[in-house]
Amino acid sequence: MGFMMTLSTILATLASPIAALAQSEPVHAAQQEAGHAAAKMEAIAAPGVGPLWLLLIPVLPLVGFVLSALCAAFKVKSKLPAWLTVLCLGASFAVTLAMYLQISSGQIANPSVATGFEWIRVSWGLGDAHSIVANFGLYIDSLTCLWMLFVTGLATLIGLYASEYMAGDVGAGYCRFFAAFNLFVFSMSCLVMGDNLLLLYLGWEGVGLCSYLLIGYFYKKPSAVEAGKKAFIVNRIGDLGLALGLMLTAVHFGSIEYSVIFAKAQPYLTALSEGRLGDIPAVVQLIPVLLMIGAFGKSAQLPLYVWLPDAMEGPTPVSALIHAATMVTAGVYLIARTYPLFLLSETALPIVAWTGALTALLAATIGMAQFDIKRIMAYSTVSQLGYMFAGLGVLTSGGAAFHVFTHAFFKAMLFLSCGAVMHGFAGQLDLRKLSGVGSMPGWRVVGIAMLVGCLNLAGFPVITSGYWSKDMILGEAFANPHMVAIGWILLLTAGLTAYYTFRVYFRVFVGPKYFEPGDEVHGHGGGDHGSHGADAHGADAHGHKAHDEHGHEGHGHDAHAHFHPHAPGWAINTVLAILAIAAFAVIGLRFVGGHEGWVSGLIEHSSANYAGHAMYAAAASHAGAGGDEHAHATFFGYDAHTAMMYVSGVVGFIGIAVAFVLHFVGRTTAAKSRADALLPLVGPLAKWAQGKWYVDELYNAIIRVPLLVLAHLFHLIDKAIVDGIVDLFGWVPKFTGSSLRPSQSGVLHGYALSMAGGLAVLVLIVVMVMK
Amino acid sequence: MNMLASIPGAMDAVISGTTLAQASAPAPMAASQLAHYLFVSAALFAIGLIGFLTRRNLIIMFLCTELMFQAAGVALIAFSRFHLNMTGQTFVIFILTVAAAEAAMALALVVLLFRRRESLNAEEFSEMKG
Repeated sequence: MGFMMTLSTILATLASPIAALAQSEPVHAAQQEAGHAAAKMEAIAAPGVGPLWLLLIPVLPLVGFVLSALCAAFKVKSKLPAWLTVLCLGASFAVTLAMYLQISSGQIANPSVATGFEWIRVSWGLGDAHSIVANFGLYIDSLTCLWMLFVTGLATLIGLYASEYMAGDVGAGYCRFFAAFNLFVFSMSCLVMGDNLLLLYLGWEGVGLCSYLLIGYFYKKPSAVEAGKKAFIVNRIGDLGLALGLMLTAVHFGSIEYSVIFAKAQPYLTALSEGRLGDIPAVVQLIPVLLMIGAFGKSAQLPLYVWLPDAMEGPTPVSALIHAATMVTAGVYLIARTYPLFLLSETALPIVAWTGALTALLAATIGMAQFDIKRIMAYSTVSQLGYMFAGLGVLTSGGAAFHVFTHAFFKAMLFLSCGAVMHGFAGQLDLRKLSGVGSMPGWRVVGIAMLVGCLNLAGFPVITSGYWSKDMILGEAFANPHMVAIGWILLLTAGLTAYYTFRVYFRVFVGPKYFEPGDEVHGHGGGDHGSHGADAHGADAHGHKAHDEHGHEGHGHDAHAHFHPHAPGWAINTVLAILAIAAFAVIGLRFVGGHEGWVSGLIEHSSANYAGHAMYAAAASHAGAGGDEHAHATFFGYDAHTAMMYVSGVVGFIGIAVAFVLHFVGRTTAAKSRADALLPLVGPLAKWAQGKWYVDELYNAIIRVPLLVLAHLFHLIDKAIVDGIVDLFGWVPKFTGSSLRPSQSGVLHGYALSMAGGLAVLVLIVVMVMK
Repeated sequence: MNMLASIPGAMDAVISGTTLAQASAPAPMAASQLAHYLFVSAALFAIGLIGFLTRRNLIIMFLCTELMFQAAGVALIAFSRFHLNMTGQTFVIFILTVAAAEAAMALALVVLLFRRRESLNAEEFSEMKG
């Protein structure tokens, strides 16, 4: 019944763009849009009943976690936990795929809720009005499908990669790694699939915990422990916002289940589409602002981005999966999932857009000046996440989601390629100490994968998926008359991104062959930060035996004659190849399933649909009316979307060309390039950018130092006053005792005499009184 | 006092529930007679106290405490007879019983103490000095 209703609503939704097209009068477009939005929001509000086998998606990784933990308990000294992980995650991916197919064919209603069991119920009276319920239930719509497809798919692939990458740690560490890896996927699926904000919160904290555990995987290294703590603490700040947003939602809407929230937000959305902004209470407008803080923490946006670059202390598969492809997109997911609430606030989405754009620019400038290739990738992740937030902020949730999707593939691939280099060269990550890696024997797959990843990240025109997803965001930013400034920032960032991406590629993967192995071999800190060495962790030890005959050409000079690069094996190469193909294949998604691509089609049928915000009536009518090019801003007189296809392509091309001229042409050594000659021109800027604009130092000065001073102050107060009072209570009886002690002489007659004296006094008193 | 003496058995009726009036009540005792008994009692007590304070031998000191006990007993008996109240006599029986038990224990302690120091001098035992 509910299913039929939902299906008919979906059909109506699909039909409405056609109706909007037929409506050629632009004046009426806004009203048309309002009705249109209301129809869509109703589709969100009525979830069907989902089948219980969907619960397998989170449960299978949990099984993998238990099995890996059992491996640890039984001290398994083989790659068994890796294969169990790949099996469980692969099965989970298969179930996700089945879920997607059933959703898209309409066999499962979109959206629908599959309730596993009642998890938490807090009641303070009779009836649903006096209770908060959080079921262990899954909210399934096309947004969930999109996220789970790449989460489980990439987790499977990266698990396979890690089976080889972590081979040096076979034993307890290997089991620990895969246990946390599985637990991460479980938490992530709770986050993405939960049908209420509390289950999302559980997953949110769960992924945070796994991130902490995996960043600190090499717990004997102080920098890794520091980085883990930093990630955890910075995320706590964001989580406070999320928790407050959750509580405010519960207080205002009386429920934390998405279906109920969306239903209760419907009157506000209607008010919004009719332009009655005053009807929306301030409390409702505050909810998205609080939720946003949580999203900024988890997705490493200003001002909470500082943890992500340090998180690169973790093993590279973790950086690829958690800190590039999946966990850090949780913030984007949160905003997309609660998009109706964000639409209700006048300020929320502009804040998201500006934060995203500024983060993108800041991180890109830092990335340009770093020498550690993994850190460059980390800053590029922060920058691209900024893009996604900007996309959400300029009302192209479809574009943001598409960028999440393409970024997940190419960024995971970039990290895995960097990881292969790190694995093979004993932890070397300094781009001044590596050159021509791509042409060394056994490194071709890595070189090609890196090239594909770099092209995607740089947004090389037409042939890369990164170009198409970035383009959607840029086009929408320029199309929105309020957001043109953001468009320019993002365009500048796109150029910088192309430059720093290809700076890495031209220096490390092509050019004269040269390398210096990392500090695992030397045993002392020779790297840029002197801290990434332990990642390959014993891998170089077995590297010698299998690859003695390879890599001799790569030797720069005799000092490293004893070191042989450890070319990646079949697992790493297979995963890289699959990802490289996938990175190209997802371009196709831009051109199937709806006028703005498959992802936008999925987003349009989920809660992330954005139509109906009166404030952005122009942009909304543009997006909702599908290809109808009225009422939106233009780019120097041209249609923004069409113009961006050329402009962003040219900007990307310029960035790559600059990198080519500066870092490839005429470069004869690994350490020097023509860019060094330009350094005096920019003055101290390069040094500042290399110092990450001293944001960490600033945070130290304005947050950590005052806290430390305050802590010492409180310590003194505690010592002097609190402890003083407690000590006084101890001192009084002690003093009394010691002053009374001499009265106990121990002489029997003394006691007898005092008793007799006492008796005498008593008798005397009695006699006196009786008289 | 005079009032109680003038109504023989009245107090007893209140306290013990039996009436002495039913038994053949002995003649009341004069206050001057009571004073004699009390003097003996006081003398006994004083002797015991002085002995306790001046002697160092544990057994003697113990015997002195017994003297003080008996002084109290005599006083109780005297008052009991004076008031024609059986409670005093009851208490004396009680005191005798307790004194017997206490004597057994105290002497045992004295024996133990003697075994420890080979001495009965009370000044030997001052370990509880603060």
